[in-house]
Amino acid sequence: MANRWKNTLKESDATPESVYLNRRQIMAGLAGLGAIGGAASVGLMSGSKPAVASTDPLEPNTLEEITSYNNFYEFGTGKDDPARYADQMTTSPWTVKVDGMVDRPGDYTFEDIMAKMTIEERIYRFRCVEAWSMVIPWNGFELADLLELAGVQSSAKYIAFETLLRPEEMPGVNFPVLDWPYVEGLRMDEAMHPLTMMATGIYGRDLPNQNGAPLRLVVPWKYGFKSIKSIVGITAMDQEPPTSWNKSQPREYGFYSNVNPEVNHPRWSQASERRIGGGLFAKRVPTLMFNGYEDEVAGLYAGMDLRAHF
Amino acid sequence: MSMADRLNGVARKVPTGAVYLLFLLPAPWFFYLAANGQMGVEPINTLERKYGEMALQLLILGLAITPLRQYLGINLIRFRRAIGLLAFAYVAMHLLVWLVLDVGILSQIWADILKRPYITVGMGGFALMIPLAITSNNMSIRKLGPKWRKLHRLTYGVVLLGALHFLMLSKGFQLEPLIYAALIGGLLLTRLAPPKSMERARST
Ligand code: HEM
Repeated sequence: MANRWKNTLKESDATPESVYLNRRQIMAGLAGLGAIGGAASVGLMSGSKPAVASTDPLEPNTLEEITSYNNFYEFGTGKDDPARYADQMTTSPWTVKVDGMVDRPGDYTFEDIMAKMTIEERIYRFRCVEAWSMVIPWNGFELADLLELAGVQSSAKYIAFETLLRPEEMPGVNFPVLDWPYVEGLRMDEAMHPLTMMATGIYGRDLPNQNGAPLRLVVPWKYGFKSIKSIVGITAMDQEPPTSWNKSQPREYGFYSNVNPEVNHPRWSQASERRIGGGLFAKRVPTLMFNGYEDEVAGLYAGMDLRAHF
Repeated sequence: MSMADRLNGVARKVPTGAVYLLFLLPAPWFFYLAANGQMGVEPINTLERKYGEMALQLLILGLAITPLRQYLGINLIRFRRAIGLLAFAYVAMHLLVWLVLDVGILSQIWADILKRPYITVGMGGFALMIPLAITSNNMSIRKLGPKWRKLHRLTYGVVLLGALHFLMLSKGFQLEPLIYAALIGGLLLTRLAPPKSMERARST
């Protein structure tokens, strides 16, 4: 059931970075023509506010930007630590242990999974809780397809994820910055949502280690830390699973952590963000509700108090 | 000649102007790197952090001058004013980067100062430094007399707020801010227990 969700950016069918860079110029050329710039980029938000889209023409960040400024605390807390140390991580062989309330539990090798999945490309906004953002052209498959493969049972209500913990390859885990291993979770409807994907590549290449090789979660309407990297465990369960940042600072990081400019965070204002790549004089831009995916996902939270469930 | 004597001999020959120059040079250099894409893809935060880190290191250096003399006989007291003013300059640049380049939205600046505890604490540190910077000159020392020493004990408050600021802004449980805090704690403790030799010197 791949391709549930359509990227209408035609050029994005092609993958090499040079093509993106070309389009970057095309988009820049169109920027003056608001309406056309908008039309060229609404694809991502199928039929939603063109006003937003036209000021926000989703040009992907460069591969260099995407791979040199990362949070992957297993390799250190500096933004450049992952780029420096993550190549120590062995990503082949790789197995994902799938267990809990599934019909077909077991150790799935990365190759097993890839053989059964259809890889597609998705250009998503990526918003970090630290108030910076990027636009990333991911390659991957929908998480729903993997959950179908594992046969998630109807009684399961949540999916829990776990990152690799291998101290000899991860210099950052020698200090308890967080309670290792890194764990995350989604409610079942979030996990099954067509926007939720497992990324295995960027710009048509294998996922770089610092971005969470060989496979990671991408949930574009939530703060980046929900999109757990280098996954080795997936568990279907009927209770809300613990999540790393919530365990560390429950007042600051909730289970949901949806991008929400109106919900205050004690550390960073979430009202605005800075798009990476604008240099020293880049201005902040307003943060969009659900990171611009309001039309697609607001329904998941109908009737919920998003201040209480932040 | 002991190590300390030799160091003191060298230090005597260094003009304070050289200290100002040496420690001020990194400021435009960092700015140049940041403006020319040589400070990574997010130069604003990186520059902001560089200035903040320099400020805290200078504050620690300033705090170390008295114990260095008391415990090791190394006399750098001539440079203390320069170090203090340099620390103030770096905090001011740190604040300026935050105001102009990082946030740049007036309503959000106020909201952040009031609502983000780590910013409030940093601002407290900056505010305490203003009277110190203004009175860091010979005329003020003469005019204020014994009150000057009392006033300049505010330095202890400034470094404590600086250490707290760093602890608060670090996500998770991180080593670096703890090392700074421990260093600052240790340097402040030396104020509570002056070394025996000093007491003896004073009592005789
Ligand atoms: C005594 C005064 C201050 C000292 C010693 C100080 C020191 C520091 C230090 C050491 C850092 C971290 C550097 C690193 O990561 O290496 C930092 C970060 C920061 N400081 Fe300050 N600071 C002071 C005042 C202020 C003020 C007045 C503001 C703004 C109103 C401010 C805003 C920030 C911000 C925004 C960061 C970066 C936080 C982040 O990246 O999330 N600081 N400061």
